[in-house]
Amino acid sequence: MMPLQYRSSRAGILGSPRWGGQMSNVRVLVGTRKGAFILTSDGKREHWDVSGPHFAGWEIYHLKGSPVDPNRLYASQSSGWFGQVIQRSSDGGKTWETPGGEVMPKPDAPPAGKSNKFAYDTSAVTGKPLTTHQWYDGTQHPWEFNRVWHLEPSLTDPDHVYAGVEDAALFRTTDGAHTWQEVAGVRGHGTGPMWQPGAGGLCLHTIILDAKNPKRMFIAISAAGAFRTDDGGTTWRPINRGLRSPYIPDPNAEIGHCVHHIAMHPNRPGVLYMQKHWDVMRSENAGDSWEEVSGNLPSDFGFVIDVHAHEPETIYVVPIKSDGEHFVPDGKLRVYRSRTGGNQWEALTKGLPQADCYVNVLRDAMAVDSLEKCGVYFGTSGGQVYASADAGDTWSAIVRDLPAVLSVEVQTLP
Amino acid sequence: MIRVVLPAHLRGLARISGEVELDLQAPVTQRSVVDALESRYPVLSGTIRDHVTQTRRPFLRFFACGEDLSHEQPDTPLPEAVVSGTEPLLIVGAIAGG
Repeated sequence: MMPLQYRSSRAGILGSPRWGGQMSNVRVLVGTRKGAFILTSDGKREHWDVSGPHFAGWEIYHLKGSPVDPNRLYASQSSGWFGQVIQRSSDGGKTWETPGGEVMPKPDAPPAGKSNKFAYDTSAVTGKPLTTHQWYDGTQHPWEFNRVWHLEPSLTDPDHVYAGVEDAALFRTTDGAHTWQEVAGVRGHGTGPMWQPGAGGLCLHTIILDAKNPKRMFIAISAAGAFRTDDGGTTWRPINRGLRSPYIPDPNAEIGHCVHHIAMHPNRPGVLYMQKHWDVMRSENAGDSWEEVSGNLPSDFGFVIDVHAHEPETIYVVPIKSDGEHFVPDGKLRVYRSRTGGNQWEALTKGLPQADCYVNVLRDAMAVDSLEKCGVYFGTSGGQVYASADAGDTWSAIVRDLPAVLSVEVQTLP
Repeated sequence: MIRVVLPAHLRGLARISGEVELDLQAPVTQRSVVDALESRYPVLSGTIRDHVTQTRRPFLRFFACGEDLSHEQPDTPLPEAVVSGTEPLLIVGAIAGG
């Protein structure tokens, strides 16, 4: 039997497997338009405690725990009015701090840490940003920081975290989110002037770390495409061969594809699955080339894609009707599962609304746990968080009436 | 004593209840007020003015004595009524989509 590994959602790997009967716990981290929520259960995943809202009134684009220290959580707290704050917890989300304070303050005292500064790297010669990107109207536009979309803690160090931001860039902290530095090779490799914002902005939303090759990392940007580094982030190259987007001037262009999300099983890092704007894609060679595996899906537009914790060929998507109609087709909320790595898909409907449902599921709003029967979780624009404790065969709502869900991550805990 | 009223989101972020009172030396300006706020409440850095450009965030406005001071230069002295504490400096979030 292939050894299984503890997985703290998409790409994290930790220690040994956690079986449902061995008193494991599950913690679901939910980011919403108006705050964060933490949902906890034991390994049976039948009864849930809901804590929150944390950071009420703020947009929480993403929360994620360190695979090394699961009680170390990071949260992206942002607002179009007030900017970006990174919050950190060292006790699994019971208390939070803004990193950088010398002393942890009392619960009712003002936080001692600063909000976090994300300053784009600039040319040493001109003092100006390294590149411009394409604006919606085709003109060049300077990079402007808006928010952190995705936080990806290191697989080996709880103080080391990557952040994918809008306008698209990759940042890194090595001091527990106190200070952040841009990984300049992403914007600096040369294609930046061709990147353009998608409907949600020009965002770097996907970061995948390769546990078997610490020098390798994958990122995805809307609307630029997917990129890979093989030298720890110093140099990057586009990995978009095989993607076809008929709605851009050159459908087969190297740059300009609206990649919505990428997933990878940590035990098989060469195989990538992608939900593109339209099309579900698969790569057998770490992104060097892609082939379409949309198969019999009712729509191959969508945002989320994820992989079963123990079956690298079992993947999940939630088809959305179209780029203009961001809701599920036919008023039915259906997760589609393929046990063949794509092409052959089955609808999973038991426990999900099958009439008059018009929700969306955003790109970071699906995750899996690593219990013996893999749990699958997703959140909707209608505020529901659904869970399946049997790999998708049956579903139930953990909560139904949260603010619109932006992200869902899962931790499987001892 | 300078009195500053912050929007609810920033009061929550910095765990402030009610007005903030600042003791500042003349000349009292938007810049000196925000400097003092960020010094006392480090978490407010970047939330009122941009971290990098140090300009007022676009969805925030400054009001006092019934006047919109948002477009005054950051080093322009604030009205005497604000300096004396008779009137508060209001930092207000734009009403844009709730």
